[in-house]
Amino acid sequence: MTPSTLHDVRFIEPEKTRNYLNEDYGVFSWLLTKDHKRIGILYLLSVTLLFFVGGFFAFMLRLELLTPEGDLLTSDTYNKFFTLHGIVMIFFFLIPAIPAALGNFILPLMLGAKDLAFPKINLLSWYIYMTGAIFGIYVIVTGGVDTGWTFYTPFSTQYSNTHVFATTLGAFITGFSSILTGLNFIVTIHRMRAPGLTWFRLPLFVWSMYATSLVMLLATPVLAITLFLLMLERTLGVGIFDPALGGDPVLYQHLFWFYSHPAVYIMILPAMAVISECVAAFTRKKIFGYKFVAFASLAIAFLGFLVWAHHMFVAGISVYSAMIFSFLTMLVAVPSAIKVFNWTATMYRASVSWQTPMLYVMGFIGLFTIGGVTGLFLGAMGVDVHVHDSYFVVAHFHYIMVGGTVMGYLAGIHYWWPKITGRMYPEWWARLSALLIFVGFNLTFFPQFLVGYVGMPRRYHAYAPEFQVLNVLSTAGATVLAAGYILPMFYLFWSLWYGRKAGSNPWGAVGLEWATSSPPPKENFHVTPVVTWDAYDYPAFLKAMRETQNV
Amino acid sequence: MRSDFPLFPEQASTVAPYVDALYLFLVGITGLVSLLIWIAVFYFAIKYRRRPENELAEEIEPPQMLEIAWTVIPAIIFVGIFVAGAWVYFHINRVPDDALDIYATGRQWMWKFQHPSGQREINTLHVPVNRPIRITMASEDVIHSLWFPVFRVKADVLPNRYRTMWFEATKTGRFHIFCAEYCGTQHSGMIGWVEVMEPTAYQRWLAGGAEGSLASQGEKLFQKYACHTCHTNEATGRGPILAGLYGKQIQLTNNSRVLADDNYLRESILNPQAKIAAGFQPIMPTFQGQVNEEELIKLLAYIRSMPAAAPVVAPPTASAGPAATQNKGTVQ
Repeated sequence: MTPSTLHDVRFIEPEKTRNYLNEDYGVFSWLLTKDHKRIGILYLLSVTLLFFVGGFFAFMLRLELLTPEGDLLTSDTYNKFFTLHGIVMIFFFLIPAIPAALGNFILPLMLGAKDLAFPKINLLSWYIYMTGAIFGIYVIVTGGVDTGWTFYTPFSTQYSNTHVFATTLGAFITGFSSILTGLNFIVTIHRMRAPGLTWFRLPLFVWSMYATSLVMLLATPVLAITLFLLMLERTLGVGIFDPALGGDPVLYQHLFWFYSHPAVYIMILPAMAVISECVAAFTRKKIFGYKFVAFASLAIAFLGFLVWAHHMFVAGISVYSAMIFSFLTMLVAVPSAIKVFNWTATMYRASVSWQTPMLYVMGFIGLFTIGGVTGLFLGAMGVDVHVHDSYFVVAHFHYIMVGGTVMGYLAGIHYWWPKITGRMYPEWWARLSALLIFVGFNLTFFPQFLVGYVGMPRRYHAYAPEFQVLNVLSTAGATVLAAGYILPMFYLFWSLWYGRKAGSNPWGAVGLEWATSSPPPKENFHVTPVVTWDAYDYPAFLKAMRETQNV
Repeated sequence: MRSDFPLFPEQASTVAPYVDALYLFLVGITGLVSLLIWIAVFYFAIKYRRRPENELAEEIEPPQMLEIAWTVIPAIIFVGIFVAGAWVYFHINRVPDDALDIYATGRQWMWKFQHPSGQREINTLHVPVNRPIRITMASEDVIHSLWFPVFRVKADVLPNRYRTMWFEATKTGRFHIFCAEYCGTQHSGMIGWVEVMEPTAYQRWLAGGAEGSLASQGEKLFQKYACHTCHTNEATGRGPILAGLYGKQIQLTNNSRVLADDNYLRESILNPQAKIAAGFQPIMPTFQGQVNEEELIKLLAYIRSMPAAAPVVAPPTASAGPAATQNKGTVQ
C-alpha cells in the first residue's frame, strides 16, 4: 500500500487523534481562533440562531394571517414583524449562511490549502457580522422597525418613527463582513490552490463561490453608500431622496436594487455550489457539462448586475427603460436553466443514492425550477403590472430563497456534517425532516401564488375574506415546515455524541476535503496534496478504491 | 359570480384578457417544462438507484449539441416571453385619447378621488362602464400604489410628481381597490371599492351634489391665493399669461424648452424657481405647504380650462432662438 498512483492521495488517512476540535480548549481558543474551520463553526452557530429568530417572526405572521381580521397582532407589531423577518433572514442568515459558514469550512479544504489567504481578516469579518447582528438584536428588543426590509424612502427617512437608524447601521456594518469574506475567497482561490489544481480541475463549488465573492465585493459597497445616504437624510436632513428637500424617492429604489438584486445571487449561487457537489457525490458521476455549469455561475454574477430595475416596472420608470430591463431579465434566466438541465442530465445512467443530501438536491431542483419559472412571469412586464407587490412575488422569492437557498444549505450541512464533526447524522430522522420540509414548504408557499394572482397584496395585516382559504392552507404548511426545521436541531445535536463515527470519506466522494481525516487536523492535511485528476473523476476513483479493497 | 373561494380574479377590463392570456400561456409552458424536469429527476432517481451492480456509474461523454440545444431553445422562448410581455405592457401604458379624466390623491391611509365635474369621494370611485378612464395621481406623503386587481393594472403613486394610469371597465359591479406599496401602520386599511356603473346611472350619480366643477372650484382658489394679481392674462402682468398655456412648449430663461403639462404646472406652483419662463423675473413665492394636492388638482383644472382668448403673446414661436428640445418632458 504505497501511495504511488495518482489517486492514492485520497486514501491517505492517518488516524490521528488530534483534530481542529480538540487541538485547543477554552472560550478564547474559539473567540480568537484564526482557523477557518473554527470560524466556520462560529458562523454556523450565529446564522442558525438568527435563522430561528427570523423563523419566529415568520411563524407569528402566518398565525396572524389565519383570519382575515387583524386580531392577533396590532398593525404596528405586524409591520415590525415582517420587517424584522426580512432583515434578519436576508442580512443575517441567507447572505452569510452558505459562504461564511459552509464555504469558510470547506473552501480551503477543497483547494488543498491550510487556511484562507487572510485568516485574521476572516476572524474580523465574523466580529463585524456579530456587531451588525447586535444592532439588529438591539432593534428587536427596544421596539423594532417598520419600514420593510427595503427601507423605501420617503417612508423610511421622513415618516417612520421606529428604529430606522440603528437597523440601517446594522445592515451597513454587516455588509463589510460580506465584503471581507468575498475578498478573502477571491484571493484564496487565486493564490492557494494545491499543486496541480488548475482552474478546470476545481470543484464547481469553488467556481460558484468565486462568482458569489465577486458579487459580494462589487455590489455590497453600493448598499453601504445607499444606506449611508439614507442615514444622512434621516438624521441631518440632507435632501437626496425626499421630494420635500428636492430629492427623488425613485432614485433610492434604483440604488437599493442595484445592490439587492445582485444580493439575490449572493444567496442562490452558493446553494447552486452545494448542489453541484452533492449531485456528483450521490450519483457518482462527473457533472454533466462541467464547463457550462462553471461559466453559468460567472454569467449569472455578471448579468445579475444588469437587471435591477425589473423591481420597478410600476414605480415610474419609462416604458423603454422597463423594456431593456425586462429583456436582460430574460437573459439572466438562461444560465440558471443551463444549470438545472445539467444537474438533471447528470442523474442519467448514474448510481443514484437516496441519502438525505440527495433528497435535498431533488427538492432543490423541483423548487428552484418553480421559483425560476415564476421569475419569468415577473420579468414579463405585462403580467408584472398585475402581480407586482402581491403574494405572487412573495411566493416566487420564497421558492428561490427557501426552496433554493435553504434546501441547498441543508443539503450541505448533511453532506459535510461527517467532515465537520466526525460523526454521521441519523439517516432515518434526516430523511423524515427533508420530507417534512418539502411538503411543508409547498403547502406554505404554493397557495400564495394563487392568492397573489387573485389580488392579495403583500404586507397586509388584514385582508379581504375571500382570500382566507388559501391563507389557512399556507399557515398549516408553515406549521409542518417549522417541525421540519426544528427536527435537525435535535438529531444533529444528538449525533455529536451518539452518531456513528464517520471515517474520512463516508460517501465515497471525490474531492480533497474527503482526502483528510474527519474532523480534519488543524492544518487540514497531513501531507500537501498534489492534484493530477479532474474534478469528479469518479470512475478512476472508484476503480482504485475497488482495487485497494480487493488487494 | 364571485364565489367565496376564488382561485382566479374576475376579468373586468379591456386589458385583463390580454394579461390573463399571457399568464395562462406562461402557466402552460413553464408548467410543462417543470413537469418534464420533475419526471426526469424522479425517473432517473428510481431507475438508476444505487444497487450492487451499478456502484460505478456509467461515464457518458455529453454531446455538445445537447448543451447548445438547452441553451439556445430556452433563450428563444425567454425572448418570446419578453416580446409578449412588452406588448401587453405597451397596451397597459398607452392611454386612449378619449379617456375620461379622474384625479387621485394617496395619503396615509386613504384614497381621495376627484371628478372633473367637481365630485369628490374617499375610498370609493364611481366610473362608467365601457369608457376609458385616465387617472392622474400624486401622493401627499409616502409612496403608495393604486391597484385594481380585476382590471389587472396598478401604478405607484409618487409624492413628487403626477403619474397616470388608465383602464376601461367592461363589467358593472363593485370591485376591490388596494394600496400595493407598503405605506405604514394602516397600509392594509388603505383599501376601497370601485363602483362600475352603466353610463346613465353614472350621469345620475354625477348630477348629485357638487360645489361646481373642478375648474370652477379652481377659479375660486385662483382668487383666494391671489394668483390673478400677477397672472393677469395681459401682457403687462408680472407673471406669464396662463390662458392657452396648457400643452404648449415654453421657452425658459436658460434657453431650454419645456412642455407645459400637469407636472410642469405642479412644479411651478410648488417650486416656482425651478424653471422660469423667459422674460419673467423669479419673483413668485412657493406655495409648498399651502396648497394641498386636492387644491392643486383644482387649480390645474382651472388653468387647463382657460381658453386661449387673445392672440397669445408670451411663448415665442418655434423658429425664434435655438430649438433646444432636449428638455422635453423634463419633469420626471
